[in-house]
Amino acid sequence: MPRIAFTSNLRRHVDCPPAEVQGATVAECLAAYFAVQPQVRTYVLDDQARVRRHVAVFVGGEQIRDPRSQSDPVTADTEITVMQALSGG
Amino acid sequence: MSLLVGTRKGLFTLDRGAAGWDITDVSFLGEPVTAGVVGHDGTEYAALGTGHFGSHIWRRSPGGSWSEVGAPAYPPRPDDATDVSPMTQEPWPWTVQLLWTLENGPVERPDELWCGTIPGGLFRSHDRGDTWELVRSLWDMPERTQWFGGGYDFPGIHSISFDPRSPDTLLIAISCGGAWISDDAGASWAPTHGMRNEYMPPGEEYTPIVQDPHRVARCVANPDIVWNQHHNGVFRSVDGGRNWTEITERPPAVFGFAVVAHPTNPDVAWFVPAVKDEMRVPVGGRLVVSRTRDGGKSFDVLGEGLPAEHAYDLVYRHALDVDATGEVLAMGSTTGSLWISEDGGDHWDAAAPNLPPIHFTRFKDVL
Repeated sequence: MPRIAFTSNLRRHVDCPPAEVQGATVAECLAAYFAVQPQVRTYVLDDQARVRRHVAVFVGGEQIRDPRSQSDPVTADTEITVMQALSGG
Repeated sequence: MSLLVGTRKGLFTLDRGAAGWDITDVSFLGEPVTAGVVGHDGTEYAALGTGHFGSHIWRRSPGGSWSEVGAPAYPPRPDDATDVSPMTQEPWPWTVQLLWTLENGPVERPDELWCGTIPGGLFRSHDRGDTWELVRSLWDMPERTQWFGGGYDFPGIHSISFDPRSPDTLLIAISCGGAWISDDAGASWAPTHGMRNEYMPPGEEYTPIVQDPHRVARCVANPDIVWNQHHNGVFRSVDGGRNWTEITERPPAVFGFAVVAHPTNPDVAWFVPAVKDEMRVPVGGRLVVSRTRDGGKSFDVLGEGLPAEHAYDLVYRHALDVDATGEVLAMGSTTGSLWISEDGGDHWDAAAPNLPPIHFTRFKDVL
């Protein structure tokens, strides 16, 4: 099954343990994860269910191409990593 | 006596001890705390704008610890939506950009909370913040698409004020979308009249729905009296905010963001002036508070205890507060300085000079 993991910067705000999830796309995997960990959803997706502007989702080391609806395909051995952009002051 | 101070990098609690004010609690260190309120039952609410990970609301009961509750979220933007920014023509985002103000509902409905946001949505919770709903009556008004941002790309609701005599009457103010009143708990809205702007073309000066009230503040004991620090002037209402009259002289300048009303004396209000919109610093580098005690006919310029030269502090719209007695005031600046007065503004003491930039101050005794 695909595996999903989150940056430690997000773990500072909300409990988001890595997990194996079912799904054929990133959106399906995220939905499966949020079904178990609903508190994480609004940290990753905005009100319109897009990946937040300053959040980056990687599939196998490459950033997904469809942050709007996360239709990027995944396979059973895919590693999905949710990271953040670097900014601040 | 206790004070909440929300800053760009954390929420600070100060308590008044025998020797003065001390910081007694630091929460959310490192995180922008954009709004906060103390519920009628003493529960504290803090809105966090985490930057990367969106806006979230946390709640703490007296003596308890913080836990996350729900937060405002916009419904899906319809595919056929045509709302765009009147300034840039870019599509209006139906997503929270900033939780700008949190307010209690009326005392008759103690579990109710309201939240004003950028990009212009008003939200209500009936269950102490567990769940939130967008107030569609306001969002769906055609006039909403004429509102525009002041300092931000999209407009925001920063002031929400209930009339203590009528739990269904509330006044809201928007930068830049004027001020609106509902007499049916948010089911319908009417614009308010009399504000004058200098930034629109000739003929548009008095158009209600493009005004930029920076902050409105109501006298609790005489709720018909509402003060308004507007982008280019000062206004006062004697009918609960339905009509505004301009006060043209307010030394040392009519520009500013913050205003608070005395809780019991309708003639008293405090402001923190700055030069003007293109020069947002204290006049002459001297930080002062401007106080009227005669309904706006004249003002005292109060600077005792405040920096008298080379001070470039700006006090944002939520960063000036007054306690329930009208004697104790707290003022926090963009430079991270916090001052407190315990004599109605005559004298000020530096309570914490080196905080992060201050978004809001809130006394924990609820007005």
